[in-house]
Amino acid sequence: MKKLVSSVLAASMVMSLAACGSTASTDTAASSEASSAASTAATTEAAGEGSGAYTGTPIKIGGIGPITGGAAIYGQAVKNAEELAVKEINAANGSDVFEWKFEDDEHDAEKSVNAYNTLKDWGLQVLAGPVTTTPSIAVAAETANDNLFMMTPSASAPAVIESGDNVFQICFTDPNQGVASADYIADNKLGTKVGIIYDSSDAYSSGIYEKFKAEADVKGLEIVTAEAFTADNKSDLSTQVAKCQEAGADLVFLPIYYQEASQILIAANKSGYTPTFFGCDGMDGILTIEGFDTSLAEGLMLLTPFAADAQDEKTQAFVSAYKEAYGDTPNQFAADAYDVVYAIYQAAVAGGINGDMDASDICEALKAQFTSTTFDGLTGEGMTWDASGAVSKAPKAVVIKNGAYAAM
Amino acid sequence: MLKNMKKSTKSNCITLGIVIGFFVLIQILSAAGLLTNSFSGQLVPICAYVILAVSLNLTVGMLGELSLGHAGFMSVGAFSGTLVYVVLSDSAPKPLVMLLAFVVGGVVAGLFGFLVGIPVLRLSGDYLAIVTLAFGEIVKNVMNACYLGVDSHGLHFSLKDSASLNMEVDGKVLINGAMGITGIKKASTFTIGIVLVIITLLVILNLVNSRAGRAIKAIRDNEIAARSVGIPITKYKLMAFVTSAVFAGVAGVLYALNYSSLVAKKFDYNTSILILVFVVLGGIGNLRGSVIAAAVLTVLPELLRSMNDYRMLIYAIVLIVVMIFNQSPEMIALRKRLTARFHKEGEGDKAKEKKGVA
Amino acid sequence: MQFLSYLINGISLGSVYALIALGYTMVYGIAKMLNFAHGDVIMIGSYVVFFAFGSAGMNPVLAIVLSMVVCTILGVTVERVAYRPLREAPSLAVLITAIGVSYLLQQVAQLAWTSNPKSFTSVVTGLQPISLFGGQLTISAETVVTIIACIVIMAALIWFVNCTPAGHAMLAVSEDRGAAQLMGVNVNATISLTFAIGSGLAAVAGALLCSSYPTLQPTTGAMPGIKAFVAAVFGGIGSIPGAFLGGILLGVIENLSKAYISTQLSDAIVFLVLVVVLIVKPTGLLGKKVNVKV
Repeated sequence: MKKLVSSVLAASMVMSLAACGSTASTDTAASSEASSAASTAATTEAAGEGSGAYTGTPIKIGGIGPITGGAAIYGQAVKNAEELAVKEINAANGSDVFEWKFEDDEHDAEKSVNAYNTLKDWGLQVLAGPVTTTPSIAVAAETANDNLFMMTPSASAPAVIESGDNVFQICFTDPNQGVASADYIADNKLGTKVGIIYDSSDAYSSGIYEKFKAEADVKGLEIVTAEAFTADNKSDLSTQVAKCQEAGADLVFLPIYYQEASQILIAANKSGYTPTFFGCDGMDGILTIEGFDTSLAEGLMLLTPFAADAQDEKTQAFVSAYKEAYGDTPNQFAADAYDVVYAIYQAAVAGGINGDMDASDICEALKAQFTSTTFDGLTGEGMTWDASGAVSKAPKAVVIKNGAYAAM
Repeated sequence: MLKNMKKSTKSNCITLGIVIGFFVLIQILSAAGLLTNSFSGQLVPICAYVILAVSLNLTVGMLGELSLGHAGFMSVGAFSGTLVYVVLSDSAPKPLVMLLAFVVGGVVAGLFGFLVGIPVLRLSGDYLAIVTLAFGEIVKNVMNACYLGVDSHGLHFSLKDSASLNMEVDGKVLINGAMGITGIKKASTFTIGIVLVIITLLVILNLVNSRAGRAIKAIRDNEIAARSVGIPITKYKLMAFVTSAVFAGVAGVLYALNYSSLVAKKFDYNTSILILVFVVLGGIGNLRGSVIAAAVLTVLPELLRSMNDYRMLIYAIVLIVVMIFNQSPEMIALRKRLTARFHKEGEGDKAKEKKGVA
Repeated sequence: MQFLSYLINGISLGSVYALIALGYTMVYGIAKMLNFAHGDVIMIGSYVVFFAFGSAGMNPVLAIVLSMVVCTILGVTVERVAYRPLREAPSLAVLITAIGVSYLLQQVAQLAWTSNPKSFTSVVTGLQPISLFGGQLTISAETVVTIIACIVIMAALIWFVNCTPAGHAMLAVSEDRGAAQLMGVNVNATISLTFAIGSGLAAVAGALLCSSYPTLQPTTGAMPGIKAFVAAVFGGIGSIPGAFLGGILLGVIENLSKAYISTQLSDAIVFLVLVVVLIVKPTGLLGKKVNVKV
């Protein structure tokens, strides 16, 4: 029965996607044949006129993230990518599918809830945010109360989706990344003595670190040292590097963001320490730091769902459109946000959602869609969601060779 | 009857009247459905910030000591109170648990105020300010590295990571380091907030106008003179400092129970400074000013949302301009001259005289 | 050996704190105000060097000089516009204004240069790191340059303050502003000069901070600014050798506690040491005790 329903839904999705001519997917590695057929159809039609698959009142979609303050890079990336996606979808459709608005939260739970309330005053129907973990947990509780559909591009802690069944993630959960990294390192025998440097004041980093450690114990990886830093003392990371060196680690796991990682690479280079470095999705972006000597990142491995210089058409189209509009190379936050908007679009069309419906009905329809269909985006093929709101997609391992990502 | 009142009593009544009037106004607007989501969402934080500003004003305005660690007291209060609430919320009636949470938050913060106060109050001026700043940062760093869990064997505590808690499988992590406490069921309401604001105002206004309050102000005005007339300096300094900490803790609990997640990072020196801005902008030593400034400055960044990227830029400029406009002696004189023009000529002369003196 | 390497890392960090603290302490000692925006002036200075040297390929020394000019103009302008009107106001009012300026500079930097991190190219070029004990221990060229810069600047400041008329005017203003004015010292000009020197030093500090720790963002100056402020208080605020000593000690304590106690709690330990020092010696290590007269 369930299969029947899902195939019916998939079929309806196929029809709508084929008709709308979006730039959805070009790859054929999707899980079901039907959807890959749809993608091909979509691409062929993408060049032509938008045929207006969506004819209803525009849906009000909102985003929340830090666009000022210390975490502004993440929020700005999400804001830009969401804007880009909304513009593309509206243009391809001919008439407006989405009305979009983005509010600043300064990476603060209180401000984030304020931003959410402001968006509600505006008439918010679907929330594509917030960006960072702590604000997301606070906002998720509010959306669960209102039964308003929320999909976060990048808040990866499990606590975010625990708030309610209306909350979805498009990024990997932290445990997922930690376990996948440990498995990958153990299975490919990348190192025998593992050192870890992580940000203990950051929910993302410490979340991955803990799961990595637990999984490493299961897999028999020897962790020789685990060094933390905090947001306040991260200007000098040479001591942490020295401690890994002293402990004889031949692989250093870095579940951190790229700006700190670049400092670690520089510090290691200064002291002549050359282990294998292994990172997670937060590492993406390290090659785009202005002024950074990318030769230091040579041999760095990372598990990431998105690589800005991947050769597939979809990624390249996104990267060039983004560069043209905002002058920057998009990072994985941008890619995740772009996927969120397209995923919501796909589900909205398939679920027959109209901007006239109230937020709670839209939420129910989207929930039904997301738990039953697959989505192909920049950050993964054949993504599926379970009822808890967690995404299932395969991380890609890449290694940096000659200043560019190469598949492993 | 108003005429027979003492000046201070009258002023206190006006302050409380403003708070109650605000409450009634909000209730009416809310009943009429005129309240936006954005504004109603800010009511509880406004109450929390008002309590913080009023309590900090006791230290800064009445005692005359600069404290940059008020958020630290807020933090210990918030964490202890929320912990009580999270642990007991299933086993006892909600109003009782909330009351207990507020009491525990206040008491723990007061205790910290006492412990910090004894050594710290030997210092003064900028040195005291830096030590309170250090206190706030210590609290933030320790809470960020603090892991607390509970299982069938009781409580487990670690300063490293949650894996070192060594809990049984049934164990539940209560405080998870940088993630803090998550899954708090929202419990704070505007009514509770207003009640707490009124209690805070009543206690602090009474303290300020009491014998103890006069002693505290005497210390502010001239510590040596106060000592020489036999005022026990340490006792009164501590009294003001601890009272201030207690209410910061209560405000912390009120704030924390309004959101589903609580993290230590929130209570860094930026928050301490924010509260200080409320106090200075409202007028040092002026409790009513603190109430109004806290409310206005909490709402202001939200009103500036239409400015998008320029929002915090404008906030910063407003802050500087208002400070100069309010505090600069030249601007004060200019303002007086301008207002004098609208008044009777006689008053204008007075203003001119004053300017001549300055 | 490992201990020595941690110690050197600590001194290297400490020398950067010391350099920033020198600017802090100058301004505090003479203008008697906590210039919370000092860290953000450093950040602006670093951006100037980044673009002049890293992007435009200017000579590093010229780039730093350019940055010093920009920061000096910025510092004096800020002083003139935001702080001078409040000279006679309560000191807290100036403190809040300084915080406002700090927010303002961060926001301007974010709007002008986005919040994307930049990786700073070290301005110390052509120098080899010092290698000791057959390569077991290396001291980076940046550290050597920072320490030398610190000592030179410290000596120059001490000489300037004690041996020049302008320096004497500064001492007089610091001692008693009103009396200095009565004796014919131009208080406003003296304080402007102090800000000019402090901001110029900030440019040097910014270039060397980012050379050692190369991530540059609009918030780069904030935390080192606070730490340097702590360092200045630690050594006795207003005292020039005190700022140097405080900075170095702070860096060493921070790094040794990272190495031997806990990387997570190193800041808590630093602040705890500060509290203890101030309780034992309430005016900092080298601060003067001021007797209050009735």
